Amino acid sequence: MNKLLEIKDLCKSFGEHKVLKNISTDIYVGDVLCLVGPSGGGKSTFLRTLNLLELPTSGQILFEGTDITDKNTDIDNIRKKIGMVFQHFNLFPHLTILENMTLAPMKVLNQTKESSEDKAKELLNRVGLIDKLNTYPNMLSGGQKQRVAIVRSLMMNPDVMLFDEPTSALDPEMVGEVLDVMKELAREKMTMVVVTHEMGFAKEVANRVAFLDNGVFAYENSPDKFFNNPNNERLQSFLSKVL
Amino acid sequence: MEQIIKSLQLNLIKDNRYMYIIDGLKNTMIITIFATLLGIFLGLIVALVRTTYDNTKKLKVLNAICNLYITVIRGTPVVIQLMILFFCIFTSRNVSGVMIAIIGFGINSGAYVAEVFRSGLMSIDNGQMEAGRSLGLSYLDTMKFIIIPQAFKVVLPTLGNEFIVLIKETSVAGYVAVQDLTKGGDIIRSRTYDAWTPLLIVAGIYLFLTCVFSAFVKKLEINLRKNERKD
Ligand SMILES: Nc1ncnc2c1ncn2[C@@H]1O[C@H](COP(=O)(O)OP(=O)(O)O)[C@@H](O)[C@H]1O
Ligand SMILES: [Mg+2]
Repeated sequence: MNKLLEIKDLCKSFGEHKVLKNISTDIYVGDVLCLVGPSGGGKSTFLRTLNLLELPTSGQILFEGTDITDKNTDIDNIRKKIGMVFQHFNLFPHLTILENMTLAPMKVLNQTKESSEDKAKELLNRVGLIDKLNTYPNMLSGGQKQRVAIVRSLMMNPDVMLFDEPTSALDPEMVGEVLDVMKELAREKMTMVVVTHEMGFAKEVANRVAFLDNGVFAYENSPDKFFNNPNNERLQSFLSKVL
Repeated sequence: MEQIIKSLQLNLIKDNRYMYIIDGLKNTMIITIFATLLGIFLGLIVALVRTTYDNTKKLKVLNAICNLYITVIRGTPVVIQLMILFFCIFTSRNVSGVMIAIIGFGINSGAYVAEVFRSGLMSIDNGQMEAGRSLGLSYLDTMKFIIIPQAFKVVLPTLGNEFIVLIKETSVAGYVAVQDLTKGGDIIRSRTYDAWTPLLIVAGIYLFLTCVFSAFVKKLEINLRKNERKD
């Protein structure tokens, strides 16, 4: 299997505060890795180092063989292949849904307006939002916004998608529609790293689940073993609280 | 009543003196409009340099220059700045006074507008920059297409107020031999030895202009706020 991301001895500190402590793991093409763990454990920080929104304090991250922590690496070139979905959507409020989607393909990939708009329409169709084409983000519900955010990332044809609690800011009745889109992505063999509290999603979709606690991957396994009697006390107590 | 008509006759109609007011008003507006535009241009650049330095610690030298610019301009009277331009820098006679006033007030305004833009840029949620960058857009493209358009909307009313301040502030342009509205009134006074009438007329015109533009800015603010509420 092909390694998409190799993470070696990754450390991140904010001042004196060590948030990530010597994390090493590989992410393979087609992996769906779910990260769970207590708040403040470093999940977001870990995810954000993968596309260098946070600069690692030490360690290496290889993306498709390129060390992205190397100062000579053109990070914009890497980032266009790494999609990211945020808890608070971060749609561009001054642009229409269509413009939100076509901006980066046109500026970064030099696609024509026509071809990027065609692609945007196709993707919007797939997530059932084609009628929102020319509206602004503030007219959408949270679930709709997050679906747009996901397809906005897909516009770049990324090799991997990072999700940071994509459903945590949503009203409960909207969680399902977003998870459905993510499930379909997984079915299409998209490589995904997902920080989530949706244990049902992790059970159903992930091939790996990791427990990120206190800055380390304290436990990792297949969802089956992860959720049924893992031999890790802190994980057991964490699971007993959230399940 | 007769007295009023008589003094209007003397101060405005006789020898076509109203032309001093008209021409002066024209110069005042030209200086204000172009100085505002120059100020916006300079202010935006300075704000971008300072914000970029704050965010990334890059552009250290440029940032120091920008800080110096802001300190000097805000720490000295605008009249002195104009006079330095007029008597020391543009000493050759082929630069018009109006041009010098535009440059002087523009540079002056830029130092204030820079701080306006900076707070506007800082008011945009960091998630916008992160979303742009994670789509592969460069820092500059993210600024250009995502951050600046939103920040501009935020500061638009303040820029409008800066324009209104400049209308009044340019009244010292007479110091560098520009016949603006104030100077026009002053010339009439020196011809007619009537101080009340031309000064009141000039004051009335300034008041009218600032009221009209203030109303305009207020309307703009209300419209922008209405749009915001939909978020
Ligand atoms: N930019 C930052 N500056 C300082 N501390 C931070 C910053 N980002 C995160 N942290 C700290 O790092 C720790 C881990 O945060 P985070 O990665 O957001 O955890 P999680 O996503 O698992 O809840 C927290 O204690 C948080 O306060
Ligand atoms: Mg988090």
